[in-house]
Amino acid sequence: MNHLALSDEILMEIEKPARYIGNEVNMVKKDLKDVDIRFCMCFPDVYEIGMSHLGIQILYDMFNRMDGVYCERVYSPWPDLDKIMREKQIPLFALETQDPIKNFDFLGITLQYEMCYTNVLQILDLSGIPIWSKDRTMDDPIVIGGGPCSYNPEPIADFFDAFYMGEGETRYEELFEVYRKMRADGSSREEILHAFSKVPGIYVPSMYEPSYNEDGTLASFDPIYEDVPRTITKEIVLDFDKAPYPEKPLVPYIKVTQDRVTLEIMRGCIRGCRFCQAGMIYRPTRQKNVETLKKYAYEMLHSSGHEEITLSSLSSSDYECLKDLTYFLIDDIGNDDVNISLPSLRIDSFALDVMKKVQDVKKSSLTFAPEAGTQRLRDVINKGLTEEVILRGSMEAFKGGWNKVKFYFMLGLPTETMEDAEGIPQLCEKVAEAYYTIPKEERNGKIKITASSSYFVPKPFTPFQWAPMLDPETYIERAHHVKDTFREQLNAKSMKYQYHDTYVSVLEGVLARGDRKLCNVLYDVYQAGGIFDAWTEFFDNDRWLQAFEKNGIVKEFYTTRERSVDELLPWDFIDIGVTKRFLIQEWERARQGIVTPNCREKCSGCGAAKFGGGVCFEGKN
Amino acid sequence: MKVRIKYTKSELLKFIGHLDVMRYFQKAVKRAGFDIAYSQGFSPHQLMSFAAPLALGVTSEGEYFDAEFHSVVSSDEFVRRFNEQMAAGMEVKAARLLPDDAKNSMSIVAASDYLITIRDEVPADVKERFLTYVPHLLELDTIEVLKKTKKNEKIEDIKLGIYKVSVESYVSARELAGDPVGETSSIANQYVDDIYANDKLYMLLATGSEYNLKPELIVQAICKEIGYEYNRFDYRIHRLETYMRNEKEQLVSLLETGTVIE
Repeated sequence: MNHLALSDEILMEIEKPARYIGNEVNMVKKDLKDVDIRFCMCFPDVYEIGMSHLGIQILYDMFNRMDGVYCERVYSPWPDLDKIMREKQIPLFALETQDPIKNFDFLGITLQYEMCYTNVLQILDLSGIPIWSKDRTMDDPIVIGGGPCSYNPEPIADFFDAFYMGEGETRYEELFEVYRKMRADGSSREEILHAFSKVPGIYVPSMYEPSYNEDGTLASFDPIYEDVPRTITKEIVLDFDKAPYPEKPLVPYIKVTQDRVTLEIMRGCIRGCRFCQAGMIYRPTRQKNVETLKKYAYEMLHSSGHEEITLSSLSSSDYECLKDLTYFLIDDIGNDDVNISLPSLRIDSFALDVMKKVQDVKKSSLTFAPEAGTQRLRDVINKGLTEEVILRGSMEAFKGGWNKVKFYFMLGLPTETMEDAEGIPQLCEKVAEAYYTIPKEERNGKIKITASSSYFVPKPFTPFQWAPMLDPETYIERAHHVKDTFREQLNAKSMKYQYHDTYVSVLEGVLARGDRKLCNVLYDVYQAGGIFDAWTEFFDNDRWLQAFEKNGIVKEFYTTRERSVDELLPWDFIDIGVTKRFLIQEWERARQGIVTPNCREKCSGCGAAKFGGGVCFEGKN
Repeated sequence: MKVRIKYTKSELLKFIGHLDVMRYFQKAVKRAGFDIAYSQGFSPHQLMSFAAPLALGVTSEGEYFDAEFHSVVSSDEFVRRFNEQMAAGMEVKAARLLPDDAKNSMSIVAASDYLITIRDEVPADVKERFLTYVPHLLELDTIEVLKKTKKNEKIEDIKLGIYKVSVESYVSARELAGDPVGETSSIANQYVDDIYANDKLYMLLATGSEYNLKPELIVQAICKEIGYEYNRFDYRIHRLETYMRNEKEQLVSLLETGTVIE
C-alpha cells in the first residue's frame, strides 16, 4: 500500500482531504530509479483553483514526457491544514509521491496574480526551504518562478533563485542539461545560478544589483558579472500548433473550478486594449490548427471522461476557424453526454446561433465588456466596442428570446471624468430602453441587467504603465456616484450594479509596479500571519499597512504617482518583443483619444514581429 | 437495461467523499466507452443510483451502484473495461444484469457488515478486555448510545439494529459475509495486516432508509461498557458487504438479484 504524508487523524479533521492525497486519474507515476531530476510544480493557491489552471497541466505533461524528469504537483495547504502542519512540524509534500518538497531539485511556482505572493512564502516556509534565496544551500531545491506576474518579478525577486520569462515550452530541457552537468561536477549553487543566467529567457535576480535615486526611483539596474546579459528576452513557442499539449489531462476527484476539457485555441490577442497586460506580453498572436484541435477534443474527452468541453484564448471571436471548430463541437461531439461551454463571444448572428444551440436561452445571459461608459474613454483605452455595436447585438439577442445582459466596466481609467463614470448607468439604460421597444408579446418578460466595475490597476508592459492609479478615496466616491446614477435611471429596477473591493486593488497596484524594496514588506506581512490574501475572508489590510510603515514604504509612490516616460522602470530589463517606443506612442495616442487598429487590420509595428511568427506573418509566406 | 456494479474502495481512496465517488464513476463510464443512458431535459445526467453511502475514512469491499445502459457487454467485459479505467484504490468486482422490475439499489439496502481493526494505539490489555466483552454485548437489555444529528443529539437504544457481533479474523469474517477468501488470494491484503489474526470486531448492522446504524456507535457502546474512552482514530473500519432482504426476508448480498451477462 502506498503511504500518504498525512495521517488519518489529520485527514479526517480537515476540510476536503482529497486535496492532499493525489492519485487522480491520469496522474503520472514514475520509478524514482529512472529519475535524476525531480521537479515540483506549484500553483500557490488552493487545490481546486490550481488544478483548474491550464498552464500547469501543459508543463506537467511536457516535463513528464522527458526522460529522467519526474514532475509532481503541490498546492497551498488551506489554513486549516496550514495550522496543523506548523504545530506538528509536518513538511510540505508533493501529491504524487507524497515526498517532502525539500528533497526535490526544482520547485517551480506559477505566478498568476499578485495577491498570491504571501502564499509563495507559505509554500517555501512549510517546505522547510529558506524564504530568502541567499540563505539556500545545495540541500534546497532551485526555486523558479514563471507566469504573467514574473513580467515584473522585482517585488518577489529575493525569494526566487530564478524566473523563467515567457512560455515554458522552450528552454527547460536546456536548463536541465546545465543543471545535470554542473551537479555532477560538484559546482556550487552560485555557480549553477550564474550558468542559468546565461540560458536565454532565464532571469536570476541575485546576478543583478539595483540602485536608487534619492526620490526612490530606480537609478540603475546592472548585472554583477560581465557575462550576465543586461536584457532578458521572453521565450515564445513559434510552432504553436506542434507545441506539446496534455492529451491525458489530470482528472481530480473533488469538484474543481474548471471541471472540463479545455482546448487552447490561440495564444496572444490582436486587439491591443491599452489596459491589458496579456494583450501585450503574449504577442504575437498564434493560432492552433483547427484539425489539431478537433483531434485533441476527441482524445481529451475520451481520456478524461469529462462531460464538458470549453475553449481558451484571450479573444475567441478572433480565432479564424472559430465557426468550423464550434460547429464541429456542437454537431460531432456535443450530444447527451458532452456539454459545450463557450467563452464569451462578440455578439453577432453566429454567436447567437451557437448560444441558442448550447445554452438554455431563458437561463443564459449576454455578456459585454465595454470597460468604459463613454465612447471617448473607450477610445482612450482602445476598446473597439461601440454603443452602436452593443445596441445592435442586444436587439438581435432580445428578439431571439434573451432578456439577461451582463456588463463589465472599469473605474479609474486614465483621463476618466465623472461624466465617463455616469456613462456606465446611461449605457445600461439605453440597452434597457431598446429592449422595451420590442412588442410585449415578442419579448421574454422583464429585462435584467447586471453591471459590475473593477478598480483599474495599471500593469507593467502596457501603455498605461506610466499612468497614475486613481486614489482609493476618489474611487469610492466615483463608485458611489455610479450607484446613485443607476438609481436615477428610468429602468433602475431592472438593473443591478456592483463595484469591486477597494483595498485589495490598491495592494495589487503596489505589487504590480513595485520594486525590490517590497520584498521586506511581503516578508513582514507573511510573518504577521498573512496567507491567502486573494481570499476576502483571510485578507487583512491592516497587516499590509503595518508592514509598509515598518519598512518606510509609501504605497502612493507605486500607485498614484505619475511616472515620466524617461524613468527607469523595475521591469525595463525584460524584453517582451513589444518595444518601449511603441508603448510610449500608445500612451501618447491614448491621451489624445486616438484608436490604434488591431493586428489584422493594420500592423502598427509594435516590435513583436522580431520573433518571426504568428499574426505578423499571416498571409505573408 | 439496468446493470448492478459491485466495487471496492481501499485505503488510498477512503478520503474521497460519496458525491465525488459518484462523479468519479460517471467519468469512468465515459472513459470505458459504455453505452450509458441519460436523463432527459436541458442538463442530462447519467442514470445511476448508488446503494449505501460510505462514510469518509472507511474502506469497503461491498459497494454498489446501478446504472441504465442502452446496450450491454458481458459481465466479464464490464469488469475488465471498468478496471482499465480505475485509479489505484478502486476495483470493480462484478456486474449483473437486473430484471426490468428491479428496485434500485438505494431503496433496497437493509444491512451491511463491518470488520473493525483495533489499532496498536490501544493498549494490549484494553484490546483484550474489548474483545472479551464482544460476545456479551447483545446480552444487555438495552444498548443506549448518544446519537448525534446535525440538529440535535439524543439517547437511543440501538440494540434492535445490531443483528450480529462477534470476534473474527478477516478470513472468517469474509466467510460470514458470504464471500470467502479464495485459496489463491494473496496473503498481503490491502485492508488488514494479518488476514488470519482472530482479533477483530465483526458486526452486521441495519443499514438504509428504514433504519441506519453507524458502526462506530457499536464500538462506542463497547468502550462504555468496559470503561475505556472512545477515540475514533483507534479503530479502522472496513465494510465487507451490503445486503438486501429476499422474498423469505433473509439478508442476501445485493448481487443476488440479477444474472451474469455471458
